[in-house]
Amino acid sequence: MDEVVITLGGVVKPGTARKNKTGSWKVFKPVVDHEKCILCMRCVNYCPEPCISVVDEKIEMDYDYCKGCGICGDVCPVDAIEMVYETKG
Amino acid sequence: MIMRKVVEGSIAVAHAVRTIKPDVIAAYPITPQTHIVEKISEYIANGELNAEYVRADSEFSAISILVGASATGARTFTSTSSQGLALMHEVLFNAAGMRLPIVISVANRALSAPLNIWNDQQDSISQRDSGWIQFYAEDIQEAHDLLAIAYRVSEDIEVRLPSMVCMDGFILTHAYEPVELFEESEIRDFLPDYNPEVYLTTENPLTFGALATPEYYTEFRYVQTRAMERAEKKIAESLKEFNEHFQRGETDLLPVHGPEDGDVLVVSSGSLVSTVKEVAEKLGNDGFGVKVGKMLCFRPFPADAMRKIADGVDKVIVFEKDVSPGSEGAIFSEVKGALYHSENRPEAYGFAVGLGGRDVPERVLEKLIMECIRGERKEGFHFGDVRPVREAIL
Repeated sequence: MDEVVITLGGVVKPGTARKNKTGSWKVFKPVVDHEKCILCMRCVNYCPEPCISVVDEKIEMDYDYCKGCGICGDVCPVDAIEMVYETKG
Repeated sequence: MIMRKVVEGSIAVAHAVRTIKPDVIAAYPITPQTHIVEKISEYIANGELNAEYVRADSEFSAISILVGASATGARTFTSTSSQGLALMHEVLFNAAGMRLPIVISVANRALSAPLNIWNDQQDSISQRDSGWIQFYAEDIQEAHDLLAIAYRVSEDIEVRLPSMVCMDGFILTHAYEPVELFEESEIRDFLPDYNPEVYLTTENPLTFGALATPEYYTEFRYVQTRAMERAEKKIAESLKEFNEHFQRGETDLLPVHGPEDGDVLVVSSGSLVSTVKEVAEKLGNDGFGVKVGKMLCFRPFPADAMRKIADGVDKVIVFEKDVSPGSEGAIFSEVKGALYHSENRPEAYGFAVGLGGRDVPERVLEKLIMECIRGERKEGFHFGDVRPVREAIL
């Protein structure tokens, strides 16, 4: 079997959370309907990760780290975010 | 020059801490530990110790503060008892898993309910699997001395595990005995400064205690177990070096007192060992060969040494101040576990005594030992000093 390196106390250099793509945990994926979206930014502020930003006046989701909690869809005042069952593989 | 003074147990411990010079001390009061952190706060107020003294809002916070402080490379200390140690439970595993050499003193006290502020060892024994080294002091001198040994072993790069130095609440914390107190200069020679290779600073951020998935977690527990095995060797070495340095203290991991060819071995821990020694000596004068094994450290458990001192005895008797309802006393279980692998397995008797501060006079121990010797007791675990009980609803 391959040898694993275990550091003393598991101490590691910072930024390792970036390597662990927690987005793979999600079951439902938030999908934005840009027609409906009024750019109120509520989802941006409520996202606990934070995986939502505005790029070129459009809401953008970072699916690499979005765990699919659905809070964004819940707080959207115009129902512009739909949680879609994600199929993998 | 030896500085020998008659001091209270808690004051002796506080004095040892002062000479060891921790950088950060967190404190939350609980009987019967409070005198220790009170005295340390006095040292700091008087300018006799230069340390950060943090008054925490609970024991959970106190130990968490030390986890953070220790990660920055600070030498740390706190002290607690009973419910306070129970409240620390979760963080104890964190400290051990992060391999932080925190040292705490535990003034052993019973756990609620029913509320009881008096001595037994249930509190620290219940933290058995947390990954902490556990020392048990027989007297005040040893509670004072073991602190230096604990820091030395914990901070050793081969070990890097936290330690608790346990002393019986009230029996040792509030008693006065003549104690040879450390001089600052002599402690410097025995205990080097703590300079970890890796530590947390704002310039060099690091991640401590991050997630380990099933692919890695087993290996973390495995290296912790290996470190504990190395600790056993380091403790034995440190005891010998301490003795050479200060001309006092035990030189063995599992010290044995009494006739080498004794056919009865009595194992105990903490202040109870002194009483057991008295009884063993008396029984020796009556013609019974009784030797006493002193469980100086419960973690790591000295299984090899236990087999060695039990070699050739007919009976092993354990006296302990804890019980695991539904099983038996923890020390008894582990002593038996060790002896299972010996060639001539002796008879084994275990007794819970002195729970919740019940006094354990010599006559109680003498009676129990003699009952075992005469074959009047069944092998196995018993409550040694329990009164007849009728259970009622109200």
